Amino acid sequence: MSGPVYNFAYLNEQTKRMIRRAILKAVAIPGYQVPFAAREMPMPLGWGTGGVQVTAACLTQDDILKVIDQGADDTTNAVSIRKFFVKTAGIATTDVTDDATIIQTRHRIPETPLNENQILVYQVPIPEPLRFLEPRETETRKMHALEEYGVMHVKLYEDIARFGEIATAYDYPALVNDRYVFDPSPIPKFDNPKLNNSAALQLFGAGREKRIYAIPPHTKVKSLDFEDFPFSLPKWDKPCAICGSQTSYLDEIVMDDQGGRMFVCSDTDHCRKTQALK
Amino acid sequence: MYVAVKGGEKAIDAAHQLLAEARRGDVSVPEISIRQIEEQLSLAVDRVMNEGSLYDRGFASLAIKQSRGDLIEAIFLVRAARTTLARFGYAEPLDTAKMQTRRRISAAFKDLPGGQILGPTFDYTHRLLEEVMPLEAAQLADQLVVENMPKVLGLLGDEGLIEPALPSATTVGDITQDPPSFPMPRDERLQSLARGDEGFLLSLAYSSQRGFGRTHPFAGEIRLGEIEVSFVPEELGFEIVIGEITVTECEMINQFKGSADVPPQFTRGYGLTFGHCERKAMSVALVDRALRSAELGEEVGSPVQDEEFVISHSDNVQATGFVEHLKLPHYVDFQSELILLRNLRKEKAAE
Amino acid sequence: MNSLLSVSNIAKNYGDRVGCHATSFDLWPGEVMAIVGESGSGKTTLLKCISGQMEASSGTLGYTKRDGSIVVLQELSEAERRFLMRTDWGFVHQDARDGLRMGVSAGANLGERLMALGGRHYGRIRSSAEDWLQRVEISTDRIDDSPWSYSGGMRQRLQIARNLVTAPRIIFMDEPTGGLDVSVQARLLDLMRGLVRNLGLAAVIVTHDLAVARLLSTRMMVMQGGNVVETGLTDQILEDPQAPYTQLLVSSILLV
Repeated sequence: MSGPVYNFAYLNEQTKRMIRRAILKAVAIPGYQVPFAAREMPMPLGWGTGGVQVTAACLTQDDILKVIDQGADDTTNAVSIRKFFVKTAGIATTDVTDDATIIQTRHRIPETPLNENQILVYQVPIPEPLRFLEPRETETRKMHALEEYGVMHVKLYEDIARFGEIATAYDYPALVNDRYVFDPSPIPKFDNPKLNNSAALQLFGAGREKRIYAIPPHTKVKSLDFEDFPFSLPKWDKPCAICGSQTSYLDEIVMDDQGGRMFVCSDTDHCRKTQALK
Repeated sequence: MYVAVKGGEKAIDAAHQLLAEARRGDVSVPEISIRQIEEQLSLAVDRVMNEGSLYDRGFASLAIKQSRGDLIEAIFLVRAARTTLARFGYAEPLDTAKMQTRRRISAAFKDLPGGQILGPTFDYTHRLLEEVMPLEAAQLADQLVVENMPKVLGLLGDEGLIEPALPSATTVGDITQDPPSFPMPRDERLQSLARGDEGFLLSLAYSSQRGFGRTHPFAGEIRLGEIEVSFVPEELGFEIVIGEITVTECEMINQFKGSADVPPQFTRGYGLTFGHCERKAMSVALVDRALRSAELGEEVGSPVQDEEFVISHSDNVQATGFVEHLKLPHYVDFQSELILLRNLRKEKAAE
Repeated sequence: MNSLLSVSNIAKNYGDRVGCHATSFDLWPGEVMAIVGESGSGKTTLLKCISGQMEASSGTLGYTKRDGSIVVLQELSEAERRFLMRTDWGFVHQDARDGLRMGVSAGANLGERLMALGGRHYGRIRSSAEDWLQRVEISTDRIDDSPWSYSGGMRQRLQIARNLVTAPRIIFMDEPTGGLDVSVQARLLDLMRGLVRNLGLAAVIVTHDLAVARLLSTRMMVMQGGNVVETGLTDQILEDPQAPYTQLLVSSILLV
C-alpha cells in the first residue's frame, strides 16, 4: 500500500488556516493563550509539535529556516525537525542566525539580536504559568481573565523567605504588555531580557496542550520580581573557552572524571561568529 | 582543545539503520505480512484503529508492523497519518439497534427478546497455554448473526425506569477540529474517552468499582457487530451508504437515588468503540457515568469523577510524548539549576 | 448615614428544599451581628449568600463603598465582585484549612492578599506579616513555618490575620471557634473582640453558641428552620427572649 501524499510543510491548508487564525488572535492579544485544535504530528507530542505546527503555518517557499535546541543547530531533535521541513517543504535552511527568516527554538533565544524580518518560534511544553500553583484549567482561565496574579508572587515570596533570593532559574514568568502573566517556555532566565522589546515576532506553540501565544515586535515584557529583590542574571566566572565571549550563556562541559570542567557558548552560531571576528 | 559535539545527523541516520535491523529480527525467520497481522492479530488492529481514531485496518496493520508491535507507537503512527487526511464531512449518526449483531449479552436480564449471543469471546476459555489448533482440524461453529435486535435499555425506558437517552439539542462537537475546553459537554467527553488509553481507562473504571467514585453498575448490554455508515454528500442531498464498520457498544445501567428535581431512576453510562474492544467499551461506559456525578448532584471527590483529571490525561499519544520528552537534552535548564544551586550553597556556607 | 451592607429579601433554595427564607436586614459600620441557631437552621446558608460565597436564589445585596457610593452586588461584574471581596471583605471559615493556603508558609499566607493588591516590596510585605503575627499572638519566628505545623487555635488566628491584613471593612465568620478546645476558644474570643473593636470592623458571625454571641455581638438574629424568628439587641434578647424558640435556647444555656 502507498502512504499518503503530503502537502507543503505536511499540514493540509485547512489546518494551516486554522493555525494562522489562532496566531493572528495571539498577536492581537499579546501573552494571551489562544486555544487551537493541535494535530498529531509525525513526531512525539512534547517534542516540539506545537512549534512545528506554528512553523508549518508560517513557512513560505522563500523562507530560510534555522532550528536550534539548547542553542545548537546540531542537537538531535533540532536535526530531526530541520530534516522534517526539508523533506516536507523543500525549503532552504541555515545555521546562521542573521540569514534565517524563521527560527524554531527549544530552550534558548539566540545571542544575536533579531530583526523585524524574523520570526522566532518557541516549542512550549506547559504554556500555563499558573499550572503548578493551580492545576485546573477552568480556574487558571478565570485568574487570567481577572488578572488575579497574587499567587505568582506568593511563589517568589516563598523563594526569598527560604533561599534569600528568587530561586527560579529557567521558565521564569513575565508580564506581557502590562496585562498577561506568561510562561516564556523553559528558556534560562538569562534569556528573559531578550524577550523584551524584540524587533522580531515571537510565537509560542504548545501542541500537546493545544495553545498558541505571541509577543508582537517591540512589546514590553517584564520579568516578575520584587522592588527590593529585582530580577537578576546569572554570571559566570570565566568567558567562553572557545570564543572568549563574556556575554553569552555558557554550557558546562565535563572534561574528565577528575572534576575538570570547561565552559563554552551554548549558542553555537554565536560562538563561531565571535571566533571569526577575532 | 575542546570541540563542540557534532554529528547529531549522523547519529540519527545510524539509529534508524539499527532500528530497521532490530525490526526485522532474524532474517532466517519469514517476514510477517501486513495481511497476516490484519487477520491474525485482529484485536491489536482493533485497538490501534480505535485509539488511533481512524477506521482503516490496513493502516493499523502496517503501523503495528512498523512499530514492532508497540501498540502505542502504532496508534501514534496512525494519528500522524490521520492529520494529513482532508476532512470532507460527517457521517450520519449510527443506529446501533440496526447492527448485524454477532455478540450480545446482558447481565441485567436472564432472557430477553433476541436472546443472549456469546459470539467470539475469550470469556469462558480456560487460560491454558496450548498449541493454537489449526482451524481445519476444529469443527466450524455456526456464526449467529441477528439483525434489528432490540436494545436492552429500551425495555426499561418504556416504564420510565431509566433516564431517556435523547439526541443532543446542539451540534455534536468534534475534539479533533476544535480545541477542547472545560467543562466539557458529554459528547466531547465521550469522544475523548473513545480515543483514550485502554489501560488508563480500565484502571479508572476499576477504581470506581472499588469505591473511589462508585456508580453501582450493571452491564445492561454489550453488543458487537457490523453496521453501515451513511453520509449525505452536499451535491446529492440524500443519504448514501459509504461502508460498513465493526463496532462494540456497551450500555451500563447505573443506580441513582434521585435528587430534588428527579425521582429515583436508573441512569446510563455509554461506551462505543471501533472493532472488537470490549474491555475498552466497558471501561468507557463506567468512566462516562462516573464523570456525570456532578451533573447528577452526587458527591464528587474521586479521581474518576474529575473531568479535567481524566480527560487531560487519557490520551496515550500525549502522555507518552511528554513522558518520553525527558530524553531530550535539557542541558541549558540543568546548567541554570547548577548555577543557582552552587550559589545557594556558597551563600549557606558563608553564613 | 448609609448602612454598610443592606440585605434585601435574600433567599436560598436547594431544589425543593428551602435553605433560608427571604431575609432582610442592614449591617451598620462597626456593628457586630451574630446569627444564632442550631445546625440546619439556615444560618450558614444565609451567611454564605450575603458574603458572596454562594449565589442566592433571590434577593439583593447593597453595599456602600469607601467613597460612599452604593452598589448592588448582583449587578457587578465578576471581576469587580472579586476585587471587593479581596479588598473590603474577609471570610473566616470554621475549618481554617478551607481559608488558608496550606501549601505555603504562614508568612506567604499573610502576604498573599497584599501581593494580590499589587504589593511588590518583599521587605514591607514581610514586616506587615510579622506585625500581624504579633497581633494575633503568634511568635514571629514561626513566620516561615507551614500552617500544617500550627495547632488548631494558631491556624484559626492565622486565618483571621490573613483576612485582616488588607484592612477590610466587613468580616464574615462561620463558627470561628467551632472545633477548638474550650480554653483555646476563650483566648480566641478575647482576641477577636479586641481586634473587631480596635479596627472598627463590621462583622457577621454565625454561631450555635450563645456565649459567643453574647461576648462579641451587639445585635443578634435567631434562626430556626430557615426563618428568622427573632432579632434585636443581643443583651435584650438574652435577658428577655420573646420567641418561644429563643426562650428555649436561652433557658438551655442558663441551665448549664
